[in-house]
Amino acid sequence: MSKPLLEVKGLKKYFDVTGGVFSKKVGEVKAVDDVSFTVYEKEVLGIVGESGCGKSTTGKALLRLTEPTEGEVKFAGKDIISLSDEEMRKMRRDMQIIFQDPYASLNPRHKIEKILGEPLLVHGIGSKKERREKVERILEIVGLPGEAAQRYPHQFSGGQRQRIGIARALIVNPKLIVCDEPVSALDVSIQSQILNLMEDLQEEFGLTYVFIAHDLSVVRHISDRVGVMYLGRMVELADNEELYENPMHPYTRSLLSAVPDPDPDKITERVILEGDVPSPSNPPSGCAFHTRCPEAMDICKQVRPEFTEKSVNHFVACHLYDDDVKDRSQIK
Amino acid sequence: METVKKQETKQPMQGPEKPQKKVESISPWKEAYWQLRKNKLAIVGLCIVLFFILIAALAPFITTHTVSGMNAADRLTGPSSDYWFGTDYSGRDIFTRIVYGAQISLIVGFFAVTGAMFFGSLLGIVAGYYGRWVDMLISRVFDIMLAFPSILLAIAIVAMLGPSLQNALIAIAIINIPIFGRLVRSKVISIRQEEYILAAKAQGMKSSRILIHHVLPNSTAPIIVQATLGFGVAILEAAALGFLGLGAQAPTPEWGRMLSDSRQYIQSAPWTVLFPGLSIMLVVLGFNMIGDGLRDALDPKMKS
Repeated sequence: MSKPLLEVKGLKKYFDVTGGVFSKKVGEVKAVDDVSFTVYEKEVLGIVGESGCGKSTTGKALLRLTEPTEGEVKFAGKDIISLSDEEMRKMRRDMQIIFQDPYASLNPRHKIEKILGEPLLVHGIGSKKERREKVERILEIVGLPGEAAQRYPHQFSGGQRQRIGIARALIVNPKLIVCDEPVSALDVSIQSQILNLMEDLQEEFGLTYVFIAHDLSVVRHISDRVGVMYLGRMVELADNEELYENPMHPYTRSLLSAVPDPDPDKITERVILEGDVPSPSNPPSGCAFHTRCPEAMDICKQVRPEFTEKSVNHFVACHLYDDDVKDRSQIK
Repeated sequence: METVKKQETKQPMQGPEKPQKKVESISPWKEAYWQLRKNKLAIVGLCIVLFFILIAALAPFITTHTVSGMNAADRLTGPSSDYWFGTDYSGRDIFTRIVYGAQISLIVGFFAVTGAMFFGSLLGIVAGYYGRWVDMLISRVFDIMLAFPSILLAIAIVAMLGPSLQNALIAIAIINIPIFGRLVRSKVISIRQEEYILAAKAQGMKSSRILIHHVLPNSTAPIIVQATLGFGVAILEAAALGFLGLGAQAPTPEWGRMLSDSRQYIQSAPWTVLFPGLSIMLVVLGFNMIGDGLRDALDPKMKS
């Protein structure tokens, strides 16, 4: 496997909950609670999870768009959490983001030319003429006509806008792109176009993606490895095939059983979870999933499972795979 | 292979919804202008205001009398071919005074609004962008100013500075600062939450650049609307201060002043108050109509 590009260790993001007249801190929402993973060069790491599990916050914390509460993020061997604002600003050239909502992420008052040219400008790339050429080239790469540069965002459809969003991230030649649910706001027919484009671009430019999504089939399509998040924690991380064929964590299993199969004759066993996702401001003790887990044991309520490698490149945070626990259940 | 693939992805882009024969860049401003043109009331308002601007600009050419040329023999005569709007109690031509009064009102409106807009926006941006205690401080000062009836506050300020047209202008500017300030503050706060601001940060832009190139241009629409509406209000306030004797002083042909000076002749010579009153009403109406039209055009979400 190639070199690690991004190493995340113990990433935490807690949002303060304030209340009362003087906005005193009354609690905290643990949006991201101790997440660790590594992204290797030129791979696509998918992150899936249901709404509110902290996957978007993880993506934004990686880029310090929200300051992480704790943890270590190393990009190309450099700890970016300790960088000053100005150093971080320069670093952003190598790490870009594509946003979920193509309607909200483009400044409505700017022409496409300015939207795409501005990243070049602020990083001091090229002269005015070169920048204009670059903008035209990138538009062609993402499949938009060159004239698009003279128009405003509201003159484009959702899929076209997302292409512009991709072009904006791509234009500074970044190494890493965090894709924060880039297709979930688009029509299904447009989704595949955008996904194919992103795949082509990844191959062409040797990009590394952190691909955040809630759509399991989308993630399966594009990712090399997939991480599953639940309530601010990473519960499972494995190679694409391995995860979909051999899910270990009970949450992953139930999630995968919910994916519809086009074959009507195939009978799949649905693992239906009961209850709601607990509040991240007051997560359950021990394993966060124990309140809904069909295979919960006593230890799950008390001890938070370690996120460890249970088989080759397959990380799971579950007591079911602890050696001593396995023995104990056998004794029973 | 590569090119074929490109074309495939390119094809659906020229979607059926937009036949793009000609590249037209439709800026949001242009669109707003089209919207505004469709609004008949706004056009009427625009005509009224343009009319007053025109007569103010051409004042020396369309008047036949001098502003304070008294003519005791002709005092309080009704409208005639010689005195179109009649004369006041000292025999001055009311038409001439209305025309020159238009200059004063427009100048007062312009500078009061510009001043209020400048300082209000500045404070609003600072409060909205820096937040925390700065915001707390500025917002509370605005709250205190807004707690007074605006004309009362204006009277207090003029009383401190001394009654004159210039001081009335300053007072009007000051009392309008919190209106602009709060507007800009709330707009800045809401725009800061927008994803394109986060995108700008992710792109690696400095916060000063984000503020000037991204936050500000997106907050201009409500400021323009408020400025237009504020123009009418400022003229009205100037007239009110003039009427109370706190604005323009005696010979100045200020409309409010003319009203108060002629108020005792309201029954014997109604034209002396009718025309200044009508002028104030028309100008304010004109500005309000433009303002409403602009609001509809610039902020389509506000439309019912």
